[in-house]
Amino acid sequence: MRSRTDSDFATPRRQSAASVTLVIDGRTVTVPEGTSVIRAAAEAGIHIPKLCATDSLEPFGSCRLCLVEIEGQRGYPASCTTPVRDGMRIRTENPALARLRRGVMELYISDHPLDCLTCPANGNCELQDMAGAVGLRMVRYRDGGANHIHAATDASNPYFSFDPSKCIVCSRCVRACEEIQGTFALTIDGRGFDSVISPGQKGLFSASECVSCGACVQACPTSTLMEKSVIELGQSEHSVVTTCGYCGVGCSFRAEMKGDFVSRMVPNPNGQANHGHSCVKGRFAWGYASHADRITHPMIRKSIDQPWREVSWSEAIDYTASEFKRIQREHGRGAIGAITSSRCTNEETFLVQKLVRAAFGNNNVDTCARVCHSPTGYGLKTAFGTSATTQDFDSVMDADVIMVIGANVTEGHPVFAAQMKRRLRQGAKLIVIDPRATEIVRMPHVQADYHLQLRPGTNVALVNAIAHVVVTEGLCDEEFVAARCDIGEFERWKQFVAEDRNSPESAEKISGVAAEKIRAAARLYAGGRNSAIYYGLGVTEHSQGSTMVLGIANLAMATGNLGRSGVGVNPLRGQNNVQGSCDMGSFPHEFSGYRHISDPVVRASFDAAWKVQVDPEPGLRIPNMFDAAIDGSFKGLYVQGEDVAQSEPNGKHVAAALGAMECIVVQDLFLNETAKYAHVFLPGSSFLEKNGTFTNSERRISMVRKVMAPIAGKEDWEITCELATALGYPMKYSHPSQIMDEIALLTPTFSGVSYPTIERLGSVQWPCNERAPSGTPVMHIGEFVRGKGKFTITEYVPTEERTNSQFPLILTTGRVLTQYNVGTQTRRTLNETMHAEDRLEIHPADAELRGIRDGDWVSVVARRGETRLRALITERVQPGVVYTTFHHPESRTNDLMSEHSDWATNCPEFKVTAVQVAPSAESLHARSAAAGG
Amino acid sequence: MDINHLVRMANDIGAYFAGYPNHDEAVEGIANHLRNFWEARMRSDIIEYVADGGDDLKPLVREAVLTMSGKPVDTSEEVGEG
Repeated sequence: MRSRTDSDFATPRRQSAASVTLVIDGRTVTVPEGTSVIRAAAEAGIHIPKLCATDSLEPFGSCRLCLVEIEGQRGYPASCTTPVRDGMRIRTENPALARLRRGVMELYISDHPLDCLTCPANGNCELQDMAGAVGLRMVRYRDGGANHIHAATDASNPYFSFDPSKCIVCSRCVRACEEIQGTFALTIDGRGFDSVISPGQKGLFSASECVSCGACVQACPTSTLMEKSVIELGQSEHSVVTTCGYCGVGCSFRAEMKGDFVSRMVPNPNGQANHGHSCVKGRFAWGYASHADRITHPMIRKSIDQPWREVSWSEAIDYTASEFKRIQREHGRGAIGAITSSRCTNEETFLVQKLVRAAFGNNNVDTCARVCHSPTGYGLKTAFGTSATTQDFDSVMDADVIMVIGANVTEGHPVFAAQMKRRLRQGAKLIVIDPRATEIVRMPHVQADYHLQLRPGTNVALVNAIAHVVVTEGLCDEEFVAARCDIGEFERWKQFVAEDRNSPESAEKISGVAAEKIRAAARLYAGGRNSAIYYGLGVTEHSQGSTMVLGIANLAMATGNLGRSGVGVNPLRGQNNVQGSCDMGSFPHEFSGYRHISDPVVRASFDAAWKVQVDPEPGLRIPNMFDAAIDGSFKGLYVQGEDVAQSEPNGKHVAAALGAMECIVVQDLFLNETAKYAHVFLPGSSFLEKNGTFTNSERRISMVRKVMAPIAGKEDWEITCELATALGYPMKYSHPSQIMDEIALLTPTFSGVSYPTIERLGSVQWPCNERAPSGTPVMHIGEFVRGKGKFTITEYVPTEERTNSQFPLILTTGRVLTQYNVGTQTRRTLNETMHAEDRLEIHPADAELRGIRDGDWVSVVARRGETRLRALITERVQPGVVYTTFHHPESRTNDLMSEHSDWATNCPEFKVTAVQVAPSAESLHARSAAAGG
Repeated sequence: MDINHLVRMANDIGAYFAGYPNHDEAVEGIANHLRNFWEARMRSDIIEYVADGGDDLKPLVREAVLTMSGKPVDTSEEVGEG
């Protein structure tokens, strides 16, 4: 059920330029054409009784409670399925309607337990409300006869239970699963009295296709589908709107509280990124914030082979400052640096880069975008002038052709994927470019028109081939290019991409994708009225990641698919605030707003504001920090909210680098893999314990609000301030809003951003400044940020990571829905029961060749390391390609990865690793024992 | 810094710019990239490597590094990672 404080207007809002005026109970009401009668009444403050209708779902007309009298019309039609007409005269109450409604309710209650006072929905139950609204005073049909009152509860889902004895079969849950989530996991089984909600084929929820998004729970008007936390704790007494701390969709939630304890997280229906939807992680997997593993006191140790010693905050901060000062004295100013967190707020990230630039006196600051979307930053900045998505999420609803490249949207950005699926079900075409058959290639009512299943590492050859078709078949939008792009560079690029070596026929030999399929996909993309590209780490985590982003930008510009809704180049940023941490200048060569540190005018503004002289030289990126550590010239590191020992490639190299440093300071929620090498542990705060802002993948800046006190006593930004002060650079802020004010002062794209502005607008998409005081949903309208769009040459350069007879397979990696990145948060929730281990997906042909059976332990050996995983035989991967996830540290997936990285940004090439796979010794032994041998 | 690693990274940058039809533009592109994104120690190590011969560097990259000595970072073209 939804929050008690959220209004429900019964049916969705309709957009129309035309309006309709009608009279309801004597009141004149004007609403957009297409609005239902029940919604028109609700907007006028007249609440017609309803049960099957809710404003997140299309009207259904089954409960028969919302009947109304329409002058001149026979009978009593359902107001939820009746659209308004000009001049309609409606009565919502009369004696006949009252009798009908009481009759309906009497029938509902005749087959419903009368345990309101002990029911978990007591006080927040629409059935209860409607019984009161219609004046129900007796139920004549309870004694004897069949009923469902003793139906068994299904508690198989870890987060919510399904109690069919309370079900009124309003179908809201079925419709929510279809319309909102698009999984179609639920159905009504049987007819008439025998109708029951069924997850799948009469099975349990846990055995069904249910993805635990909670849409059905949200839609349920009774306690049939109810959060177990609410069953245990009762209804909340207040709520706070905040923003999810998981992925880059940045869903808005209402944290419902009992005191300072979160009883449940409910998606905010007014959330501008998620529109009232959620996924299993944000909706249910927030318990890690109060997990027993949380570290609550600072700790220090002189060397990493010693046990941790709990100390006071002042001792930990003073020790850190003294060590950093010592290291700089002995090894130079450049011997220390910091890594900002893409899970911390904008304000906290801004302070860490300020700490480095103003207190450390260097530019050795980097962020985890290094290992994911740094090529996006490089590529889109080069092509368009700004390194972020060109659109907002809602733009997908205007797309006619959607191209998804290297992104597993349903698992990495599930709430946005639900919106994308809605558009696809409306008829938009889909092209998927991915080595693996991701879910969206074929799922209920969604099927890709083309799945270009290319070999990993051949992206650029393929995008060049698509561009070849566009150019050689006259599919360019010449008018757009002439008006908006550098013509000289366009002509040069056209000549390059038209060459035979970039033809689909050449690309077929490289990528394994048939030439005619490439041509067909290219024609579909270029021929669409509005064509949009969405991409993820399958584009960026390659040695040609930046080149591929440039190739995508070239394609979008050549076909005129920029500068309006429904089109664009849309990188799907992974983490809740990775966009923000980049925006805040967490790069060794850029200030906030993506301005190079060598720019004297920009640097002067920071020098003046911070009263320092910022170093004009680029600093070290994360991989360079590790190299310098092994070299002996980098000795101290402040790591806020990142687990580099697990998330970086080439684990042995990282371990050696961390081991070579003299003072590693980890600021995090839990002791993680990196903390094994740390000398100081500063306990951080989760998103529930701080105020600030996150910026999601669509540049949307949203409020993060503290709902409980920080468990360790300090918000992350307060710790950074104390460290800066101890280093001799006082940072005095009393509230994160002051930090945002400083950001706005120093960053032109943020100059209009402030907490009052965000509060007033709900959220705001940068650029937000004088030109765009309410923010900018769609960028590059009329003109690119850099002026003219830049076409760049994107020569295909094969990766150095080659297969051979010893390592004949290519390993590529990805994520699952229920776990989040390295699993630090989700492994400490019940999501761990949904994905308890990383498995190796292998094609049946490759498995058979190796004598591997499903579930066998296999060794996965790369040039740099090996690991063992259990095999999962599937045709989702093609022969020659294997796939795994990296959510569990014991999998040591990233240890296998090579040192190859994107040429421009050093983003590691996670997606292409040559491996061999074989049954592990224990599998062979177990098989032999089973065979009696 | 491990010079082999720096050489590999520099050659990767060179492989991208080798696709540019204009030789001077490619050389300038490599040099600008190194100036804009490489930390001072990394730049001085590669410059020293070239001064010692730079045998493992691709010719285009070697030529670019030779142009770098003593030149400040160029912000005339807005390039960036983000």
